[in-house]
Amino acid sequence: MSDQIIEFLQQLINGLSQGAIYALIALGYTMVFGILRFINFAHGDVYMLGAFAGFYTAPRLLQLFGGGPSFPGATAVLLVAMLACATIGIIIERLCYRPLRDQPRLTVLITAIGVSLFLENGGQYVFGADPKSFPEIITDRALEIPESWGALSALTITVGQVIVVGVTLFLLFALRTVVLHTRLGMAMRALSFNPLAASLMGVNTNIVISFTFGLGSALAGAAGILTSIQQPSIEPLMGVNAGLKAFVAAVLGGIGNIPGAALGGLLIGLLEAFVVGYVSPTYRDAIVFGVLILILLVKPSGLLGKTEREKV
Amino acid sequence: MLRPIFLKALAMLASVSAVLAQDEIVIGEFASLTGGSASFGQSSHKGTELAIEEINRAGGVLGKKLKLITEDDQSMAGQPATIVRKLIAQDKAAAILGEVASSKSLEAAPICQQNKIPMITPASTNPKVTEVGDYIFRICFIDPFQGTVMSKFAQSKGWKKIAVLTDVKQDYSVGLTECFIRDFTANGGEIVREQKYSSGDKDFKPQLTSIKAAKPDAIFVPGYYGEVALIAKQARLLGIKVPLLGGDGWVGDSLLKVAGNALDGSFFSCHFSADDQSPKVQDFVKKYREKYGETPDDMAALGYDSAMILAEAIKRAGTTEPEKLRDAIAATKDHDGITGRITLDAQRNASKPAVIMTIDNGGFKFLETVTP
Repeated sequence: MSDQIIEFLQQLINGLSQGAIYALIALGYTMVFGILRFINFAHGDVYMLGAFAGFYTAPRLLQLFGGGPSFPGATAVLLVAMLACATIGIIIERLCYRPLRDQPRLTVLITAIGVSLFLENGGQYVFGADPKSFPEIITDRALEIPESWGALSALTITVGQVIVVGVTLFLLFALRTVVLHTRLGMAMRALSFNPLAASLMGVNTNIVISFTFGLGSALAGAAGILTSIQQPSIEPLMGVNAGLKAFVAAVLGGIGNIPGAALGGLLIGLLEAFVVGYVSPTYRDAIVFGVLILILLVKPSGLLGKTEREKV
Repeated sequence: MLRPIFLKALAMLASVSAVLAQDEIVIGEFASLTGGSASFGQSSHKGTELAIEEINRAGGVLGKKLKLITEDDQSMAGQPATIVRKLIAQDKAAAILGEVASSKSLEAAPICQQNKIPMITPASTNPKVTEVGDYIFRICFIDPFQGTVMSKFAQSKGWKKIAVLTDVKQDYSVGLTECFIRDFTANGGEIVREQKYSSGDKDFKPQLTSIKAAKPDAIFVPGYYGEVALIAKQARLLGIKVPLLGGDGWVGDSLLKVAGNALDGSFFSCHFSADDQSPKVQDFVKKYREKYGETPDDMAALGYDSAMILAEAIKRAGTTEPEKLRDAIAATKDHDGITGRITLDAQRNASKPAVIMTIDNGGFKFLETVTP
């Protein structure tokens, strides 16, 4: 097999693991939009807080499991970060968005931008603006690919990449189960169809909305940890770019649509890897945001979204 | 209504303090004390501070104490211009010291030139910095020299095929790459792949995958330590075993903290090594350790030298009048600094030796000194 094909497959793997991260963040955007019809621009910063939750708790959590990097230790860090982010997400909704629920959507949108700026600058104040080295919670190394795979053994797949893709798939499956097969999930779906009717049927909208924010933020927290395993350098502004890219991913897949967000995330990750590898890294962001413009022009409802007529 | 009064009060306060400060000479310093290149800014600031303290302990210059006013540019583009204007207009700085990063110095230099305030950059190696005008000086070597040193080094190792990975957002990195490629190809070497990234990137696997496919003998990565550490880690993960080469942008505490052993066997050029056994260097290392409890790096040594050269020039000029001070700095000859013997040439650049370092078992090691 020629070197070109190996290089292509390697870029595919690189893009897949980055896309998985975008997919996890995009889910939070899309779930909140599905229910409240507004973009929670602070979501990318919740992802950053997830990474910092891991940064501060990892040393102690790893102690509980023998000190060094270990699988149970990493799982604990992941769960703690998800829990921390879920709590933060619920608090943000309770304090900033709920009081504005009866206001025009634009008001909430602008508030979301305010919350985002608050978290970014507050983060620089509290954590410091310089990049921090994320503790090694699991040893990221290249997996041995057996010689029997022939030319494919020239590929490099790292432990981090396998974990990122594996955990993302698991979380996607778990999310699907929650949304389709639990009472809360059913309530979420009801609310996204018609909030008024849902509340008349006895759905406690406040609880369902809090739950949605918690769920979306927990996924962002998981993304924060998964990124930090592969790229162990974190800083308070890391959520800005990742959040924007994930937002593009959500729009690409069809905002409000859960499988769409996952698909959009993967596509954006792959697109980035191929642009960087074959075109030029300089154009990476331009092309990603170009996709956003293109999709809004050609198919505003996104790849998997349904066309929805604005009600009069 | 309240605002104008408040501003006026502030302005009055500022002018009062300027009058009170007559027995002091204000030196303005701008540095990245926080943000992406905080490690540089912190070091150069500490070196500068140490020098100013020493000068003041010895009685100051022209019978006045030096007063260092330092402002943080947060490693952010746009900040240097703002704070240098503040240092000149509000604090009435007689001269400006800073920055390490060339792109920051390039932002501040036109402002200093316009206001006719001499500026000395301790560590900006991009040639364009001093081309801004006759009030802008540097006490470090420039990119062509550094790029050539690393190219010659690669040739001496017998490497024929080199891949380069450049930070396109940094004038420093782009400059080093140009000079390296020019010298390397002129001497029969081949650049097998040119890849790019932007400061702040975290994932370099796509670029490295492309570089790996080109099978180079070594990779030239003239970036800053934050990205270089991640690049090294990810390169090793992808199974790239060849050495990385770089410049003084690698020098930073967090380089080895993040990279671990990934940079073992790699090489870079820089200004200074704490392992240098000359008494002057060892004396500086001792004083620095006493004050800050850490070993000084390049940027600390350059920060120290920049303040010392400035103080010496003020002494020689006998005044802080901008024009005379400028001429005095330009006349600096054979200054016996921590980073070697420094002479400023007609282009206001320093001509001085470079040091090549290697990384061994997760630690820096002095390899050799290269004179121009």
